[in-house]
Amino acid sequence: MERVIAARGKIAWSAVGWLVVFIFFFPVLWMWLESLKTEPQAASTPPTILFIPTLSEFQEVLSGDFPPFFINSAIASGFSTLLVLVLGLPAAYALSVRPVKRSRDVLFFFISTRFLPFAASLVPLYLLARDLQLLDNIIALVLIYTTINLPLGVWLLRSFLLEIPPDLFEAARVDGAGFFNEIWRVVVPLIMPGIAATSLICVIFSWNEFFYAVNFTSSVAATAPLFLVSFISGRGLFYAKLAAAATLASLPVLMAGWIAQRQLIRGLTMGAVK
Amino acid sequence: MTDASVARRDAWVRRLPLLPAFIYVFLVTQIPFVLTIYYSLFSWNLLEPGSFRFAGLSNYAELVTDESIRIAVWNTVLLTLAVISISVVIGLGVAMLLNSEVFGKGLMRTLMIAPFLIMPTAGALIWKDTLLNPLFGLLPYLLSPFGLGRVDWVNQFPMVSVVTVEVWRWTPFMMLIILAGLQSQNPEVLEAARVDGANAFQAFRRITLPLVRPFIELGALLGSLFVVQTYDSIFMLTYGGPGQDTTNIPFLLYLVAFQGFSIGQASAIGVVAVIITTVVATFALRTLFSIFQIEARR
Repeated sequence: MERVIAARGKIAWSAVGWLVVFIFFFPVLWMWLESLKTEPQAASTPPTILFIPTLSEFQEVLSGDFPPFFINSAIASGFSTLLVLVLGLPAAYALSVRPVKRSRDVLFFFISTRFLPFAASLVPLYLLARDLQLLDNIIALVLIYTTINLPLGVWLLRSFLLEIPPDLFEAARVDGAGFFNEIWRVVVPLIMPGIAATSLICVIFSWNEFFYAVNFTSSVAATAPLFLVSFISGRGLFYAKLAAAATLASLPVLMAGWIAQRQLIRGLTMGAVK
Repeated sequence: MTDASVARRDAWVRRLPLLPAFIYVFLVTQIPFVLTIYYSLFSWNLLEPGSFRFAGLSNYAELVTDESIRIAVWNTVLLTLAVISISVVIGLGVAMLLNSEVFGKGLMRTLMIAPFLIMPTAGALIWKDTLLNPLFGLLPYLLSPFGLGRVDWVNQFPMVSVVTVEVWRWTPFMMLIILAGLQSQNPEVLEAARVDGANAFQAFRRITLPLVRPFIELGALLGSLFVVQTYDSIFMLTYGGPGQDTTNIPFLLYLVAFQGFSIGQASAIGVVAVIITTVVATFALRTLFSIFQIEARR
């Protein structure tokens, strides 16, 4: 009898859960459905539910002017993530394995810069970029995204380094490995999961970033979210194309986040929650 | 070599790996901030060559008297409080469902985090054009039997629309953090409470809630640091309007700096934004450290 009640409860709660999940997932599903329609189907009233899917809008977007935006996004997120790892890993090492004095203060400093609003440094950075001819240059975005993500990277990598038994580093040092050797041959292989988590978070934040992208670039260095801005005045004419572009622009982060779900939570809390 | 010089050398060897990152972050964040404070004391419009002149505190005086900053501060507070409180409540509910015996937990979790991963500009546009649009959107169509078929959500209820899209985006974030907290709970404790005759509500209030409270606080505070900066969805959905109805501090800053090119005024807004954020961030960091300690004790 009790088991019957438990089973009923499980079915009822599952139904509630699936309903909520459906509501939250629906806009994503709808985006996918719209992207597979023709333009008249995508803007029809009542909405088209049954239709023969077509990839023509994806073809249109990919053969049009979208690829350069996508490539700029890849360059900005790729290179800034690489810089975060190159600068962040030694710093994390100096804050955990062989800690500097007052390392807690340094950690505090790093993370406080992450939560400084962009209002704090926006105007001077803009003027500097203008004077250095870096407006509408992808280098400016790479450097800014590195700044945004480096504090997160340092915290995250440190939280992974702290989990490695100190003996392993001692052994490497006794073997006479130099610092770079130690980092490259001992530290990097040991914290591959940490590097993966850091890269994931860096890519999510830089790929989706919009504020600096829209204000520091215009055409040459414009990234994927800026391509979507051109749809902003949509009057029901380009819904399918918009949905296809939105799907493509969201795809890399969605896939990376889904594959690395475990890393995601740890990264978002800077290593505090595992 | 003396002991002192060995110690000094050791300190530098330890410091060296830290320096590139430290100097980089210092240069790109601290010096511009000092310059922001400096510029905030000048009247300077980029569109008027030669307009650079010392203005004392007049930019700040203008902020105090100007209505637009007050509206922006209010909108920022309203948006942040609404988004955080709603997404924490829904996130807690979903996390508890995913922590109980339900069918297809893994898939539910996977689908649930999608709104957080979708590019915010893309998500906002999908909402605006294909879901909320009064002529072609799905929601007005579905609501037309209830007499809400011609509601222009984005224009008639701009703040509600922005809050909806942001709640959609941040609920998964809250859910993930709270779920991690729930999963660190020892199920035997709840079982024991049941045996002792506690009902589900009592068990939730006395055992589960105290346990996940630090995780809820962490989610709320980290989330509010991001939501305070909301810009993408406002740009895409309402462009701060109609009028100033959805202009928050970041959007006002954008308007002043990049539409009006008033460097001094924008810098003063920047300084005010830093002060507000510092207050929130101080609490966030305290919570973060306490969670680190909880995790370390485990």
